[in-house]
Parts: sequence; C-alpha cells; structure tokens
Amino acid sequence: MKLTVRVWRQSGPDTEGQLVDYPVDGISTDMSFLEMLDTLNQQLIESGEQPVAFDHDCREGICGSCGVVINGQAHGPETTTTCQLHMRAFSDGDVIDVEPWRAKGFPVIKDLVVDRSAFDRIIQAGGYITAPTGAAPDAHATPVPKPDADLAFDNATCIGCGACVAACPNGSAMLFTAAKVSHLNSLPQGQPERAQRVLDMVDTMDAEGFGGCTNSGECTLACPKGIPLTSINTLNREFLKAARKARK
Amino acid sequence: MGELSMLDYTIGEPITDTKAPSGPIDERWSARKFSAKLVNPANRRKHRVIVVGTGLAGGSAGATLAEQGYHVVQFCFQDSPRRAHSVAAQGGINAAKNYRNDGDSVHRLFYDTVKGGDFRSRESNVYRLAEVSAQIIDQAVAQGVPFAREYGGLLDTRSFGGVQVQRTFYARGQTGQQLLIGAYQALSRQIDAGNVELHPRTEMLDLIVVDGRARGIVARDLVTGEVTTHLADAVVLATGGYGNVFYLSTNAKGSNASAIWRAHKRGAYFANPCFTQIHPTCIPRSGDHQSKLTLMSESLRNDGRIWVPKEKQDPRPPSEIPEDERDYYLERLYPSFGNLVPRDIASRAAKNICDAGYGVGPGGLGVYLDFADAIQRLGRPAVEARYGNLFDMYQRITAENPYEVPMRIYPAIHYTMGGLWVDYDLQSTIPGMFVIGEANFSDHGANRLGASALMQGLADGYFVLPATLNDYIGQGGFTDVTLDDPAVVEAQTGVRDRLERLLAVNGTRSVDSFHRELGLMMWDHCGMARTAEGLRKALERVPELRAEFWRDVRIPGTGEELNQELEKAARVADFLELAELLLLDALVREESCGGHFREEHQTPEGEAARDDENFSHVSAWEYGEKPVLHKEPLNFDYVHPTQRSYT
Ligand SMILES: Cc1cc2nc3c(=O)[nH]c(=O)nc-3n(C[C@H](O)[C@H](O)[C@H](O)COP(=O)(O)OP(=O)(O)OC[C@H]3O[C@@H](n4cnc5c(N)ncnc54)[C@H](O)[C@@H]3O)c2cc1C
Ligand code: SF4
Ligand code: FES
Repeated sequence: MKLTVRVWRQSGPDTEGQLVDYPVDGISTDMSFLEMLDTLNQQLIESGEQPVAFDHDCREGICGSCGVVINGQAHGPETTTTCQLHMRAFSDGDVIDVEPWRAKGFPVIKDLVVDRSAFDRIIQAGGYITAPTGAAPDAHATPVPKPDADLAFDNATCIGCGACVAACPNGSAMLFTAAKVSHLNSLPQGQPERAQRVLDMVDTMDAEGFGGCTNSGECTLACPKGIPLTSINTLNREFLKAARKARK
Repeated sequence: MGELSMLDYTIGEPITDTKAPSGPIDERWSARKFSAKLVNPANRRKHRVIVVGTGLAGGSAGATLAEQGYHVVQFCFQDSPRRAHSVAAQGGINAAKNYRNDGDSVHRLFYDTVKGGDFRSRESNVYRLAEVSAQIIDQAVAQGVPFAREYGGLLDTRSFGGVQVQRTFYARGQTGQQLLIGAYQALSRQIDAGNVELHPRTEMLDLIVVDGRARGIVARDLVTGEVTTHLADAVVLATGGYGNVFYLSTNAKGSNASAIWRAHKRGAYFANPCFTQIHPTCIPRSGDHQSKLTLMSESLRNDGRIWVPKEKQDPRPPSEIPEDERDYYLERLYPSFGNLVPRDIASRAAKNICDAGYGVGPGGLGVYLDFADAIQRLGRPAVEARYGNLFDMYQRITAENPYEVPMRIYPAIHYTMGGLWVDYDLQSTIPGMFVIGEANFSDHGANRLGASALMQGLADGYFVLPATLNDYIGQGGFTDVTLDDPAVVEAQTGVRDRLERLLAVNGTRSVDSFHRELGLMMWDHCGMARTAEGLRKALERVPELRAEFWRDVRIPGTGEELNQELEKAARVADFLELAELLLLDALVREESCGGHFREEHQTPEGEAARDDENFSHVSAWEYGEKPVLHKEPLNFDYVHPTQRSYT
C-alpha cells in the first residue's frame, strides 16, 4: 500500500506543533500501525530527517505505552491499542492523520509523546492496598466470591494508556480512576481504605488538571480494555458515600 | 587443547558461592537469614539504595526495601514503572501450595526445577525459590491481585509445560500485568510516603565503583538528555533479560542489556550467557517488516493439540485433513508428557519437523496448535473463559479466527537464563551490587520452565534481597563519596564521551539496520541449534559488524533532547559486544543442555546430550582484554543428574 500520513511534529513542550505530510510506500496489510511508523522513520532517517518520536514498548497491547489519535480517534478506528491496530484497517491511497493524546492533564513532550505521569500520581494518592510484605495470611484465608473476583478483574485490566482521557471532550480521567477504585473496592482486601482511597484519588485527579465527567461516554468507546461506563457510576457512588461519611 | 587456543579467552581461578550455608537443604535459607546482620530500623533511613528497574523484581524490591525503612532511589526507562516488560507475562506463576492435593510440595517444585534446568542450576538457590513460592501468592492476594478463582471463592490453578501437577496460579492471560500492578501499587504507596524517589524515563548508562564497591550510577534523563549522577550505599540491578540481542524476540522493544553489560565491564562476572530460551508457541513472523514476535501463552498447550500434516506441503486447509493424515508429533514422540513437554523440547521438535519439510503457513515455518478437540469436549464458552484474550490477540495479528481454524505457531527467542553472576545473597562479584530477576543468572539452569520467571523475580524482590541486603549494609564501613571523586568523574565523563562519539559518527545506516543484521546472524548461528562452525563464523562477523557500526551508524538529532535513535544506538552498541561473549560461551560449552543445543552433542534419538563430567559448572566470565572464564562447580546432593526424559 501507498499512503500519506500526516503526522504531528512538535520539537518540544514549549514549541508550536504542526501536521506534516509524509508519503509512505511498501506498507503491507500485515503490518501493525507502529510498524508502519517504523517504516516511515527508516525513510526519514535515510533522508537525513529526524524520525517521529512515539511511545511504545511491549507491542502486545498490554503495557499501555503506545497511543496516538488516528483520524480523530484515540487508538484509531478499532477498539484496541495502537500497537495492535493493523494496516488492514486502512486502504491503499488513504490519508491518515496521526496526533498525540490531547488533554490538559497530558502535556506534549515531543511529536507524539505525551507526559502521562499524572496517572501515576493518582495511583500514589490511594490506588493501592496497604499490605506489608512478608507476613500476609494464607491466600485461601479469605475466599472471594467469584462474581466479586470477576468484577475486580474486569476493572483491573486497565492498562493506563490514557485513551479515555484523550477521547473525552473534557479531558477527564474518570474512567481510569473508576477502574482502579472498582477493582480495589470490590475485594475484601480493599475495604479498610475504601473511603479514603476514593476521596484522595478524586482529589488528585482534579488537582492534576483533568476535566469533569459529563457522561458523554466517549471514554469507554475508546478504551481498548473495555472498561465499562458502569465503573464510573461505581466511582460516583463510592465518592458520595465516602464524602458523606467524611462530613459526619 | 589445540582447538581452544584459537579462541581468545583464558581460564581463571574457579569461583565459589561462599554465602550458601551447608547443612540440610531445607534449613539453609533459615540459617542464612538468622546469620545475616540486622540493621536497626532507625539506621536504615540513613542508607540510600539505588534500584534500577521496576519490573516484578525491581518493583517488589523497591517497595519492600522502602517499607523496611531504606531510602530508595529507583529508575526505569519507561514513562511509568507500571509499563516494565514484566507486564507482558501471560501464563502464570508457580507456587508449591498443594491446594489441589495432587502431590505437590516444596520438594517436588525444587525437584522439577532442578531437573527442568537440566542440572545446571544450584540446588540451594532452587530450594529457596520453591520454599518462598507459597508466600508470593499470599502476598499478591493480600495486595488485591485478582487471580482466577473457582466458584467457591478459592484460587484456581492449572498446569504448565514440563510438570505433572497443577501448581500454576494465573490471572486470565494477564498474570504478569496483574502481579506487576500489585508491586507497582505497593511502590506507589512508598513514593507517596516519600520513601522512594522515582526517576522514570531515565536510563542507567554506567555503574560507579569506588574503592571496589558499587556506590552509584550514571544515568541519562531521556526527556532532557541531561546526564545525571546518583550515589548510594548499594545498587540493585533489576533490569531484565537480554533476549533482544536477537532483534526479533517476544521481549518488549525497549528491553536491553546495557545496565548489566556496563556493570560487567566494571567487574561483575557474566554467567552462562549462551543459555537462552526459545519459546515454542509464538505467532510465526509474517514478513520483513516485523519488529517483534508475539507469544501465545504456553498454557494453550494444556488444551491445544499440536500437529502437522503427514504429507509434505499438503495444500489442503487443516479442516479438510482427516485425523489419520495428521501427525501429532509431540504425542507420538513423548507419550507421557505429550503437548506438555518442556519448552526446549517442544521448540526443537517444531524446528525439526519444519526443517524436514512438514511445516505449514508462509515459508513452511509453522505448526498447527489446534483447539477443535477442546472446543468439542469443553464447549466454546469454557475455552473462551480460559484463553479468550489470547484468541483475540491471535486473531488481531493474523486475521484468522482460531475458534475455527487452528492457530499457527513457531518458536521464538523469549527469555535469557544467563545474566550477571550472583552468590546466594544475590550479590555480584562487585561488593554492594546486587542483581535480581531475569538480570541475574541464578535458579533456572540451562532451561526455564514455564511460570517460574515471575516466581523468581518476586521471590528475589519481596523476600530474598530484603534479607540479604541488610547483611551487607549492616557490615558498614561506608566512606562518604562525593561528586568530585575521581571514580565518579571518570564514569560521568565516560558516558558523555560515548554519547558524543555515537552522535559524531554521522554515517549512512540506521541503528535498526545494524540491530536486524546482528539479530539474524545470532538466530541463524546461535539460535535453536548451534554448531562449532556456525559459531565461529558468527564470531568472525560480529567484530566486523561492530566496527562498521561505529564507522557508519546514523543518529539524527542531538543529545540534549528526547532522542529515541540515540537511546537505541547506545543499547545496540552494547548488544554488539555482548553478542560476542554469548557466541564464545556457546562455543566453549561443548555439550548440549536445556536451551543450549550443540548439534555435535546429541543422543541417537536427537535429544540433548549433556556432558556432566566436563560441564557441570556455571561459566562465569570476567571482562578483560581477553575474557577470563571462571568455573563454579555444581554439586547435586539431593537431585541426582539423570538423562532428562519426557517420554
Ligand atoms: C511475552 C512474555 C510472556 C511471559 N510469560 C511469562 C509467564 O507466563 N510466566 C513467567 O513466569 N514468566 C513469563 N515471562 C518471563 C517474565 O515475564 C520475565 O522474565 C520477567 O517478567 C522479568 O522481570 P524483571 O523484573 O527481571 O525484568 P523486567 O520486567 O524486564 O523489568 C526491567 C526493568 O528494568 C528497567 N531497565 C532496564 N534497563 C534499564 C536501564 N539501563 N536503565 C534504567 N532502567 C532500566 C526497565 O525500565 C524495567 O523497569 C514472559 C516473558 C515474555 C516476554
Ligand atoms: S480506562 Fe481504558 S482507555 Fe482509560 S487508561 Fe484504562 S485501559 Fe486506557
Ligand atoms: S506498545 Fe504496549 S500497549 Fe502498545
């Protein structure tokens, strides 16, 4: 396939960026989207230009490193990560726009690379269970009913990619935070810090400059791991309960 | 010995592990813990410990050391600790819990692991690993790791290649992710508490050794390009394996050997570099553009059956090939283990059958992994529940539906059993530098059984290192090191000079083109099967390629910015050196064992022929003008070496 990719080029956080057109040739439908970008980069290097910077690592859809906006959609036209999107989703001659995640909470570092460390700070604020190492009780001491375990699991699959934020018109981090809260709060192990967890995580989320949630639902549509909108309901419920308790 | 003199290396003094206590094997770890010095919690705060890496090994170590009171300074090259390569592990983690009452025990896990490693690992280490394995599961569950559960609410387990009990705990096909998130969350809590100072997007480029002890690292901030120096009382490397020396592998693209290779050049011995594991169930490559290979978890072999058509190049689609015209070659060759033979055996069998012309798919480099029987026996929903995400992943990559047509799989480089030499305390030959997880060489011998790398990484990080590091710190004697210390300045300038030299080459070839060429050569001559002739050929070519690299590599941009080509170049430059040691080690080890298969050394049935008389040792290489080989003899008092048989 022969394509034109229009890539966002921005040399640093404080410089202006712009979309630049690049023709790429010899693209096979078996290539992943990132392999297409690799091909473009080899072309650029050969012609003495700077390759396009983008984040990636596992290329298996699990590390959450990769992520760009493709033709206006976070991770592109399919419900998956950018590394698992394949060029068979496109046709010969297509013009493809590639841009970084856009959100106040994710400043651009260079080209397609953004700073997602705000997600780490949300977790640091309470997205954990206090389990000192070395002396945990036997794993079978607390059976977890399968429905609870499954619910926890479904939410634990979040890879922290940030597509939800990029897709949200308000740049909200609700889905990400909701996934973690739903994971930990549905387990017996997560109960002691249940209320404090949600208050601290939501506080941090706001302080990091993420927008509010207006239930537009774009986040779940873009989420490669299928974190459901109902998790946001859970977060809201947990928050209200915790806030009421805190006020008492 | 005329032959060996051709090679550029010398034999040094034998090496021994002086930290493992003697006495009954089941008492050694308790004995070591009891004899280890303790450090008063109030004094721990005064000690800085550097941890490089945030995978299962580094993440668990950082969280635990910080919780114990040490001031931890931690690094990773990804933007977040949660993205370390451990996140990709799919299949599961072993533990001797015997929840199934199927005859499992610490001793059996120990036995299976020593045997699985083809008698090239240390008994003391492996026993300890089996001993702490059960605690790892307790720890992870307490952290909220959502392992698979049965309807009664108890944990589910399954079995993995090379064993006959069900001791593998798993979290769908995302065990690594879930365990890593557990460690990452524990680490996050310590970051918030101010006990861990985290440096993401920062890469260690050298080790600082002062008065013979590891005292810090030189690193590069990957966003600003700034070269920074960090000092501490001990350094822990948890930087993962070096499988990417082969270019195409199942490892994450950023995985690299720089940290351990730099430490090797500073005096840490490198053990058994030639022990690399090839995983039998990867998606075959589809073309020259391929940037990495994708693993299909080995757990699939629990229910999938492996076969090829009996007819060479049978043009029929698999569904039209009747049962009696299929060769279920693993079941035929290894009746008691069948599709669950260990990885090295399954990989070699796949290669052999493809080499003989029976392979399927493009280029004949693939075999079928078929779920038709399982779907019929268990029903599609049950198969979906067990392997759904793996099936989706396969379909996404190949555009074929594995519920309807069998998967095609082929072996790929996956894991490196070699790594820096460490003693029972996980301390390298540089005092104060500890090495944990895949970065060290210990525990797996010549072959790694499935679900045991996660176990080892977490055992090292949560349980072993936190006990042994105390002993080192407790011995004290730390002088103050300042930034103007000559050793510090030398390391720092060395790093800057090297980056400048790389940028100054300004040649014509991309970093990737060198990496691909190196990888292909390594796969051809040092992959699933190795011969003296091939290894010699590669040993001639690698230095040439290295020279070409330094003459002709092109790295656009500067060192004062985010420059991913520069990052890659520094890593590939190290792979180009490590590759040579790997080849040399493979050439010198004139036997076959586990993942190291020398064609000259095989049984009449084509199985690996070990030479216990001459090679029952760890090869620990010292860096120098010429590499120096130190041998650590291995003793087997509890599991007696036998021909590994899985028939
Ligand atoms: C696809 C796949 C599936 C697997 N499945 C299983 C399985 O089911 N069961 C099992 O037991 N094992 C499995 N393994 C093996 C296992 O995942 C790894 O061996 C293990 O996770 C390695 O953990 P680690 O902590 O040692 O290193 P890693 O997780 O590789 O972490 C390395 C860390 O070091 C950092 N780092 C590296 N170099 C530097 C540097 N120079 N400077 C700064 N930071 C650096 C990285 O940023 C990262 O944080 C699998 C491996 C792969 C590739
Ligand atoms: S909720 Fe979904 S989209 Fe958002 S970070 Fe997690 S996986 Fe990515
Ligand atoms: S590169 Fe890891 S999820 Fe895409």
